[in-house]
Amino acid sequence: MEIRDLYRDVILDHNRSPRNFGRLEGADAEALGHNPLCGDSLDITLRLKDGRLEDLRFNGQGCAISVASASLMSEAVKGLSIADVDALYHEVHALLTEPAHVPSRPLGKLMALAGVHEFPARVKCASLCWHTLHAALAKPAGAAAAPTVSTE
Amino acid sequence: MSAALPLAAAEYADAQGRLLAPRVRADFPILHREVHGRPLVYLDSAASSQQPRAVLDAVTRYGERHHANVHRGVHALSQEATAAFEGARETVRRFINARSTREIIFTRGTTEAINLVAQSWGGTQLRAGDEVLITHLEHHANIVPWQMACERAGARLVAAPLNAAGEVEIGAWSSLLGPRTRLVALAHVSNALGTVLPVRAMVDLAHARGVPVLVDGAQAIAHQRVDVQALDCDFYAFSGHKVYGPTGIGVLYGREPQLAALPPWQGGGDMILTVAIERSTYNELPWKFEAGTPNISGAVGLAAALEYVERLGRERIAAHEQHLLALATARLQQLPGLTLVGTAADKAGVISFTLQGIHPHDIGTILDREGVAIRTGHHCAMPVMTWYGLSATARASFGCYSTEADIERLLAALDKVREVFT
Repeated sequence: MEIRDLYRDVILDHNRSPRNFGRLEGADAEALGHNPLCGDSLDITLRLKDGRLEDLRFNGQGCAISVASASLMSEAVKGLSIADVDALYHEVHALLTEPAHVPSRPLGKLMALAGVHEFPARVKCASLCWHTLHAALAKPAGAAAAPTVSTE
Repeated sequence: MSAALPLAAAEYADAQGRLLAPRVRADFPILHREVHGRPLVYLDSAASSQQPRAVLDAVTRYGERHHANVHRGVHALSQEATAAFEGARETVRRFINARSTREIIFTRGTTEAINLVAQSWGGTQLRAGDEVLITHLEHHANIVPWQMACERAGARLVAAPLNAAGEVEIGAWSSLLGPRTRLVALAHVSNALGTVLPVRAMVDLAHARGVPVLVDGAQAIAHQRVDVQALDCDFYAFSGHKVYGPTGIGVLYGREPQLAALPPWQGGGDMILTVAIERSTYNELPWKFEAGTPNISGAVGLAAALEYVERLGRERIAAHEQHLLALATARLQQLPGLTLVGTAADKAGVISFTLQGIHPHDIGTILDREGVAIRTGHHCAMPVMTWYGLSATARASFGCYSTEADIERLLAALDKVREVFT
């Protein structure tokens, strides 16, 4: 396994120029993700419309893997139904943790993360944004504080 | 009781009396393995140092020949195990120049040693409104136990600031030493920055106000001569695995009158003289603080490690690491985009740095693939990171077995990082 299997061009590109970066005004839901091992943190704000994830932004600081993963995720989930986001969450989790996982649906650019499972110390970097999004969507309507998820 | 101080062995020195690092490396089996198909370069000794053959063999020999429980049996093995365990205590005493083995408490490590004082001393001496004075460069192990003790007592934890170089300026520090200060806790050497604190001067200022001082020596013990009488501190804590010994064994040194005045912190076997259901009487020092069967093989391994360091010579090790620190600092500073974090005038062999636009975790992963092991992250010193406005740094740290060739490999691996990210 070469280092460029982890740091593919798509990853480096999304790290350099993260898509959907920042905070969404008038968000319906928000969650904070934290990786206590490295101190990195991530904030996701999103807007829902008719059961679909209409728009989202992520904010925070992290390594190339976590920034690129969040950026790729933000592109992949925009416009999807909540059920489809959930299905994708499970697909990506399998991609990150299982060797030679064959996705049951096309993952597009998210396949750039296929090298991560060979670097066990970095799986949490790639999965933090997905756990955070999951928490934001699971937040009960009307809950006051944004939920916080941790990789530990 | 005290054995003659062993002389540094000639085989570990070159003609100029400098440490012969290649000879030292030959003693460390792990340094001869490969990682990801490349010879290992181990630059993470500040997290945990590697063990020489002498330590590995001592632990094996103890298990093969002498193991039994200590302080109990009349049989031969128990007596041999007791002799080995108490002999290890004497080696520790000699190594740090304590007055008596009654001042040497075996613990699981630095963290447990600090917790012992925070609970036992904090539980009896700390009152509402009191203050415990630490610094901003402490490891979490020298912060959280004091937070817990202060919370229980209604006391306040005060942290002295750092300057831009990562030094604790003694004037700023001593201005926080006030009428409410009941205890000073400070690192001898910062694990995240490498800063060496002027411990003796700080102890003198604290003692002038009648305030006892605990020193977290985890990062100092392997890298300079530690003499607790010369430092004049009241408590000194360190871990075996940071001084070429096994994990799970450490030491709390305490000045005898201080320890004698403290209540035990854990109850159980070994720490008692008599037990009745109504009440128990406690054992003498040092066993009063060692409840339960101790880590006997760990103590044996630690003693072997300290004897090994004595054979290499602590002044020789310190000079060797200072040479590597100066070389690595000069070379790293030439790399574009590299910022050193922690530039104290008095530093140990620890170099924290960042690379512009590249997260430390990415540096760590790419270096690992090149066979170079460094630490990345907050180094269990999050207030240091906050102080510098960082979430993480990359950190290379040296040990007695580190070489100039290791630094060349580090630099080559950093070139690879740049190559991946451009």
